[in-house]
Amino acid sequence: MSGKTLRIAGVTRTFAGQGRAKPTLALQPTDLTVAPGEFVAILGPSGCGKSTLLRIVAGLDTPTAGSVTLDGMTLAGPGPDRGMVFQSYTLFPWLTVAQNIRFGLQERGLPETEQHAIAEKFIARTGLKGFENHWPRQLSGGMQQRCALARALANDPEILLLDEPFGALDHQTRELMQELLLEIWEADRKTVLFVTHDIDEAIFLANRVVVMSARPGRIKAEVTVPLPHPRDWTMKTTPDFAALKARLMGEIREEVRKAAAA
Amino acid sequence: MKPLVPVSAGARVVLGAGFFVMFVALWALATYSGWVPPLFLASPGKTLLAGWSLLTEFGFAGDIAITVFRVVGGFLIAAAIGVPLGLMMGAFKPVEAFFEPFVSFARYLPASAFIPLLILWAGVGEAQKLSVIFIGSFFQIVIMVAVIAGATRMDLVEAAYTLGARSGGIVRRVIIPSAAPQVMETLRLVLGWAWTYVIVAELIGATSGIGHMIMDSQRLLDTGQMIFGIVVIGLIGLVTDFLFKALNRRLFPWAVL
Repeated sequence: MSGKTLRIAGVTRTFAGQGRAKPTLALQPTDLTVAPGEFVAILGPSGCGKSTLLRIVAGLDTPTAGSVTLDGMTLAGPGPDRGMVFQSYTLFPWLTVAQNIRFGLQERGLPETEQHAIAEKFIARTGLKGFENHWPRQLSGGMQQRCALARALANDPEILLLDEPFGALDHQTRELMQELLLEIWEADRKTVLFVTHDIDEAIFLANRVVVMSARPGRIKAEVTVPLPHPRDWTMKTTPDFAALKARLMGEIREEVRKAAAA
Repeated sequence: MKPLVPVSAGARVVLGAGFFVMFVALWALATYSGWVPPLFLASPGKTLLAGWSLLTEFGFAGDIAITVFRVVGGFLIAAAIGVPLGLMMGAFKPVEAFFEPFVSFARYLPASAFIPLLILWAGVGEAQKLSVIFIGSFFQIVIMVAVIAGATRMDLVEAAYTLGARSGGIVRRVIIPSAAPQVMETLRLVLGWAWTYVIVAELIGATSGIGHMIMDSQRLLDTGQMIFGIVVIGLIGLVTDFLFKALNRRLFPWAVL
């Protein structure tokens, strides 16, 4: 599938201090290029600025310096070309599952029949058949996140931005969600930028893992994941997986210790 | 009894009705025993009789109708202007910065204190009555709706942005629907307050309405009629409250448990 190249160049973020407090540097100048169809995981300890980086790409936060471009076009502000799934449950409570999925399509002004066809397709792909007319509060956490994923995908964005989307789910549900996401990615090869602090999740899903340092964040290592597709859960017990995990754990442990000491 | 443990539906009805029964029983005891002289407090029986004669001989139904019209009319005008303004203030911070200080000041102005002025400006007709209700409700609605709209969940707003919504879409499709149930709750509350303003407005310079009837009855020392008037207001309040709640459940099935 053809797509656009995301280029993050010298992106820096400083948060202004409250009152007389000194401003805090959350993100050191960061460069990252994501090729079309790539699945990149950003791995780092809590508070390292990985979410800040993702929010800047989404256009929900403004970098203090640097630029984000999509095929050379500078991105300013949010747009439907970058779909996002958040860690918190962000389905609109007043809309049903199907209406939530159609939100972006309605905003674009697509004909009603087309909206329904697209929504139906993603309801089926995320296993939400039979729940089209449920309110979000009637769904489990995993189902809400599947619906949020369907809502982002229905808009057919150039890039899918995922900010610890499975972080609030229990372990078993999380593993099922990872497989679902992988299945969708293997079918569509949509460009994905995935933020997580879970090493297994990063290796299992991504083609490339970018490790961030403790605050102020910067990219301290990049590890390519050569595991073949299609992947399934049995891959998590292979020696290749274990070797990658050992390497990333080494990188991360150091940063977590630094973050704890700071 | 354990803290916060819910009560069954049946027990709720029994307990709620029980207080009414106890209240009337105490009232009956105090009056029929002669402990409180009838000059100060009519007995429940005399109150009902007074009410019957009011309705059948003195056209009290017309008074009730005109009072309801005043409350609902003034309240609807206040809501029709106050809700959109409050939503705009909550959504757009410069609009809020422009109106908020004045509205915060104006909402402490007692509506009843305006009555003499309003009589001067608008006479003693319906315009004056509606104005009292309007002044009493409008500023409250504006400030409360602004707070509700301003408290819209930021993550929902951000999600809408990433789905392609712009300012107009954020207001129409996120801020308004997310605020709607609480706005309706606010209106229910303010409608209750509007009832106190209308009676005050009718005590002074009115020729009809429940408040006017109560004033007239005082001249005749007819405590039965006065109490009946007050009870009618309470009953109307109870009914509108019930209707409002039922309407909210129908309009916002997603918000209730």
